[in-house]
Amino acid sequence: MTSVVRDLFNTSVEFVRTFGAFQLFSLRVLRHSPEVLLGRFGLVVKQVFNTGALSLVIIMVCGLFVGGVLGLQGYSNLARFNAEDSIGVFAAFGLIKELGPVITALLFAGRAGTALASEIGLMKATDQLSAMEMMAVNPVPRVLVPRFLGGVIAMPLLVAVFSMIGLFGTHLVAVELLSVDVGAFWQQIQITVDMEDINEGIIKSIVFGVAASMIAVWEGYNAVPTAEGVGRATTRTVVITAIAVLVFDFMITAVMI
Amino acid sequence: MLCYAVAEGTYVRQGPQKKQTMKQLDDSSHNLIEIRNLKFSRGHRVIFKGLDLDIKRGEVTAFMGPSGTGKTTLLRLITRQLIPEEGTIHIGGIDIATLNMAELYRLRQRFGMLFQNGALLTDLNVFENVAFPLREHTKLTNRLIRHVVLTKLHAVGLRGAADMLPSELSGGMARRVALARAMVMDPDILIYDEPFVGLDPISMGVIVRLVRRMNDTLGITSIIVSHDVAEVSTVADCSFLISGGKVAASGSPDELRTAKSELVRQFMHGMADGPVAFHYQAPDYEEQLLGRDAE
Ligand SMILES: Nc1ncnc2c1ncn2[C@@H]1O[C@H](COP(=O)(O)OP(=O)(O)OP(=O)(O)O)[C@@H](O)[C@H]1O
Ligand SMILES: [Mg+2]
Repeated sequence: MTSVVRDLFNTSVEFVRTFGAFQLFSLRVLRHSPEVLLGRFGLVVKQVFNTGALSLVIIMVCGLFVGGVLGLQGYSNLARFNAEDSIGVFAAFGLIKELGPVITALLFAGRAGTALASEIGLMKATDQLSAMEMMAVNPVPRVLVPRFLGGVIAMPLLVAVFSMIGLFGTHLVAVELLSVDVGAFWQQIQITVDMEDINEGIIKSIVFGVAASMIAVWEGYNAVPTAEGVGRATTRTVVITAIAVLVFDFMITAVMI
Repeated sequence: MLCYAVAEGTYVRQGPQKKQTMKQLDDSSHNLIEIRNLKFSRGHRVIFKGLDLDIKRGEVTAFMGPSGTGKTTLLRLITRQLIPEEGTIHIGGIDIATLNMAELYRLRQRFGMLFQNGALLTDLNVFENVAFPLREHTKLTNRLIRHVVLTKLHAVGLRGAADMLPSELSGGMARRVALARAMVMDPDILIYDEPFVGLDPISMGVIVRLVRRMNDTLGITSIIVSHDVAEVSTVADCSFLISGGKVAASGSPDELRTAKSELVRQFMHGMADGPVAFHYQAPDYEEQLLGRDAE
């Protein structure tokens, strides 16, 4: 019994310690962000390209199918109330406010986040980060911050792409397949969806972008510098990002609704 | 204010912003690096227990010792990538434990370090790897950078590999590129971790002469970690044999070769039996093979 309590205590202490270290790390990354954004923007652009281009295809494919599913589900449900014309609004709200940011963030964690974590972890395991320090170059602004900012900038763009393609997928299913009236479909979206709704999506995408990138960079930087340690870091990146994204999603939705 | 010891006026460093930081302090001292009573452990494993050694300015100093004795660790302590539990390390009269981050980075710009596995940056090609310190620390024009980088690559015989990626290089080539990168800022102190491993005899000869020549003509202080007793003998002015957490023996290669001590003789002549155990600590061999564990 006492050993269970002791284990529980140790685990909690370890958790608090890790969480504190993560916050200090985040502050370090954020503190260097302005200088990198202003002084070394080229590095950031390169990383936006790396992470963004990496995730673009998977985001587009998934967006199309998620939109298509919304079209099918929406149609079968709304048809019971003879409201199948509203299917566009139904899909638009779902995509812009919820599914776009959340699914994009989860896909981003799986594709770009793991790539970031393993890249940084490998740089550490092969002494590249030590070598930089020995060349009097701080790896935080040179390696970590551009990758973090690249993710933060790429995420809202990816979310926008996802939502747009998703809506197009709904259009394909509803209008082309199930012959919903195309005018009603788009007009209702235009009338009903407000800037406020879009803002919610934008805020979520930025928060998720910060969370997903910071977690990936942190896991890579703190990976045990062996092949196994890097592997574990990539797994943890996906798991922790998924939890963080869904928790943040709940909190933001609760505040904004 | 931070000051460094500088090898007296042997060369002028590039980059205008560097000059003001080049205050000279304690140039008189014969020893560039002084380590006193160094203690360090990894977990429960004690690696150094009271190590003392001096590295003389302008000489080639070698660290030798059995594998796992802590030679790489010692280099990391000297460059403050690790912090000792006890004891002091003075470089040019400055206790490096007292430096803040900015001062430490300024000190490190006077170091060039060749890592045991090269540690080239995998997302840059060979040219950019060598150019990396120049691009980060100087405002040289592209033309000049190109000139300097190609000169250094030529010195290690890899000018033709400038456009290759690190993943396309063999182990020996990667190490030579890393050597070019370590030299590119014209450091005062060059540290080599196992520079001779994985080199063919021809490149080995070239690199050994290069190390020696940089030392003689540029007044660089060099620290070499190596197992290669023969190569060390040709290049080093002074060797330290590190074993059991301390300096077990020191002196010129000739002195070491003729030393009476059992340990030195064992190491210098590569004998399996002697004070240094070839085996890592382990339970009794017979016991483990035939004993209860075997079932
Ligand atoms: N990151 C680490 N964590 C724990 N122990 C370590 C770590 N790095 C090295 N050690 C231990 O420290 C000891 C010294 O390691 P070090 O790399 O300095 O040896 P070395 O003398 O350079 O050996 P070699 O000649 O094989 O390179 C070894 O016993 C090793 O097990
Ligand atoms: Mg070593």
